[in-house]
Amino acid sequence: MDNHYCIYICGVGGQGIIKTSTIIGEAAMNQGLDVVMSEIHGMSQRGGSVSTELKIGGYNSSIIPNQAADMLLSFEPIETIRGLDKVNSETKIVYNTHPIIPSSTNKPYPSVDSITKTLRENFKHVLPIDGAQLAIDAGSVLSLNMVLLGAVTADDKFPLTKESVIEAMKNNLKPKFHEMNLKAIESGYKSIKG
Amino acid sequence: MNLKELVTGVSGEKQFLLGNEAAVRGVIEAGVSIAATYPGTPSSEIGNILSVLAKEANIYFEFSTNEKVAMEVAATAAASGLRSFTFMKHVGLNAAADSFMTTAYSGVNGGMVILSADDPSLFSSQNEQDTRNYAKLANMPILEPSNCQEVKDMVKYAFDLSEQFKIPVIVRTTTRVSHMRGVVEFGDVADNSSNNDNHWKRCHFNKDPSKYVPVPAFAGDMHVRLWDKIHKIEKVSNESEFNRVIELSNDKKYGIITSSSAYNYAHDVCKFNNLDINVLKLGFSYPFPHEKVVEFLKDLDEVFIVEEVDPIIERDTLAVIGAEKLDVTVHGKLDETFPIYHEFNSDIVADGLNKILNFKQDSEIKFSSGLEKLQDDIPSRAPVLCAGCPHRAMYYGVNKAIEELGLKPSDVVFASDIGCYTLGINPPYNAADYLLSMGSSVGDGCGFSVSTDQKVVSFIGDSTFFHSGVSPLINAVHNKHNFVLTVLDNRITAMTGGQPNPGIPVDGMGDEAPEVSIRKLALACGCDYVRVINPFNLDQVVKTYTEAFERNDTAVIISKAPCTLIKGLTKKPPVQFVDKNCNNCDKCVSELACPAISKINGKITIDESQCDGCNVCIQVCKYGALEAGR
Repeated sequence: MDNHYCIYICGVGGQGIIKTSTIIGEAAMNQGLDVVMSEIHGMSQRGGSVSTELKIGGYNSSIIPNQAADMLLSFEPIETIRGLDKVNSETKIVYNTHPIIPSSTNKPYPSVDSITKTLRENFKHVLPIDGAQLAIDAGSVLSLNMVLLGAVTADDKFPLTKESVIEAMKNNLKPKFHEMNLKAIESGYKSIKG
Repeated sequence: MNLKELVTGVSGEKQFLLGNEAAVRGVIEAGVSIAATYPGTPSSEIGNILSVLAKEANIYFEFSTNEKVAMEVAATAAASGLRSFTFMKHVGLNAAADSFMTTAYSGVNGGMVILSADDPSLFSSQNEQDTRNYAKLANMPILEPSNCQEVKDMVKYAFDLSEQFKIPVIVRTTTRVSHMRGVVEFGDVADNSSNNDNHWKRCHFNKDPSKYVPVPAFAGDMHVRLWDKIHKIEKVSNESEFNRVIELSNDKKYGIITSSSAYNYAHDVCKFNNLDINVLKLGFSYPFPHEKVVEFLKDLDEVFIVEEVDPIIERDTLAVIGAEKLDVTVHGKLDETFPIYHEFNSDIVADGLNKILNFKQDSEIKFSSGLEKLQDDIPSRAPVLCAGCPHRAMYYGVNKAIEELGLKPSDVVFASDIGCYTLGINPPYNAADYLLSMGSSVGDGCGFSVSTDQKVVSFIGDSTFFHSGVSPLINAVHNKHNFVLTVLDNRITAMTGGQPNPGIPVDGMGDEAPEVSIRKLALACGCDYVRVINPFNLDQVVKTYTEAFERNDTAVIISKAPCTLIKGLTKKPPVQFVDKNCNNCDKCVSELACPAISKINGKITIDESQCDGCNVCIQVCKYGALEAGR
């Protein structure tokens, strides 16, 4: 089962989730690996929850079965909770701690610390990162997706090299942002690797 | 990837493509000359891409006013001898159905392919109808790709098949195929270079009314010819490499017959659970490959039919078993092994197979009670009207007018339609009470106005009005119906990603085009009361609705303001909150439900990154706590 790797990526419409996933997928293809990905367009993009699923290895289905994700990569704290059907006790749970508070909701937004604490009670690999701040430090809050992309490459089991992911990033995003994106990827990588 | 590579990419090159991008590459490899669509998720990206690439790919492309027109554009092109492509979401085929049915009778000369994208689990649709029923209804061959490579290959092959048998061919995708990304290896591109001053090829239509005019005297023979084609095509489907057995076992006790995205789940469940079971994958499912299915079934004891939505392969398989007197037990939807609605996934397929095969080990993860509570308590994140959306102002305004006239919400029926504005269903607007299909709000307005004692307001978008709102408006005037039609003209086809429509001076290939006036159309239909208003002026919105409610005819209010998602619009500065003036009435939050306004820690907060400066909230606040930004 070497080189099998499933990432469930979730967040809010407009955070660059589909682009991030496509970059990983393209990098996998360039490394000669089988890869399929699922994405949702349409209604879900009007500020709604968005998710993509990325499966590297010999899969035909682009949907990750329940409890079968190697990594849950969440761009927003409560979206992490919505994605938990996909995780098991070994799954790396990486999430950005900066909340996007939904409008017109009758339920209060839980504190991010309580989310982290509750996740840690249940799972071994809970990895919160202040992605929004790291993105601002890299040059723009818009590079949040690159910070999280860097975090993915830091997982020991992730079958792609950081270099091939960077190559795919360059192929997908405008050259004028490459320098900032490289910084963001590096800081995301370091936030996990330490 | 740069989209241009869909045109310039050479045979053997590999790209990581969306299913819809793969469809475009298939169209380009097939040498298509004419393509037409009305946008609809999950097929929309095909049009968005063709819109950009048409000229380089020698394709004439249009966003037609509706799917029926798109079908007719493609049908006539194919009758004339060009390769043509039309594509739509599954319910779009309903709009196109009248002409679609006859294209099977009249047939084609150039290849014609109809891609219909189903939406199991209704990610963005009003139903989950199964296009495969249409293949049987019209007697048209259908191909069902499971992945992006197959989308490209089957679209390309469909043109050859269509041309060989002179019949249009359907390609059915599902959301999970259209919106899957995967590795696609390119093939050769057929030459479709232009032979004239336009960028696409033209040919000459050879008249033959006995083939193309289905008057009763000719249509009977057309039906005979159609069946003759279908009998011949059945031989092809029996031999097609798209109908193939994936051997995962030497044991012949159990088998699976499957198609489309459901095949992916069946395959993965068998592979990753080491199940001793062979799979017959049907990529060419109508005409049903009877002999290939018999060959697969004859040694089996039991067969699972794994297909999404309707039990079509299942009923065809039961018919084969009956006709051939085989002794095979069928497990599918009809015996409730698998659900008969909604999309599948590997878990659902595994659960179904497990009912007979008992291979699954229980591996339930138990979460702490704290986490279970957190899961229950997190706020939902449903799609909402964007900050600055003109529809919000209209919904607020109509509700205000109703209040000012002393009416209760139950005194007014809101007939809604298909677009972003269907989100008006949500509180606090509650402005969608009935909906059937594209354009239905106008016909529904006619019906409610004669059958109820309530006031009726219909809401329809600009693109939807052009799609199928005009003829019911004529009906409304002629039959003296009494309701208020609101055309929410936001200068774009917004919900599907921002395509142009006839109200905009640009066509599907980016060229300048005549702009069709909704106001003049309404006047020409015979409406006496037609008002074009600025939705961001709340007083005007309320006043206009109040006037319209007091009339006894079909009144038309056109709200004209661009969608905030249109690129290149200049944003106004964000609204400023003046804390000292705030009376904590919370009306800006509770009555507008704008995503840029929230109450955080007891204080109104404007999210400046979202606020579009539409200033509607300023007009709602009576206390001067919201001010225009500078």
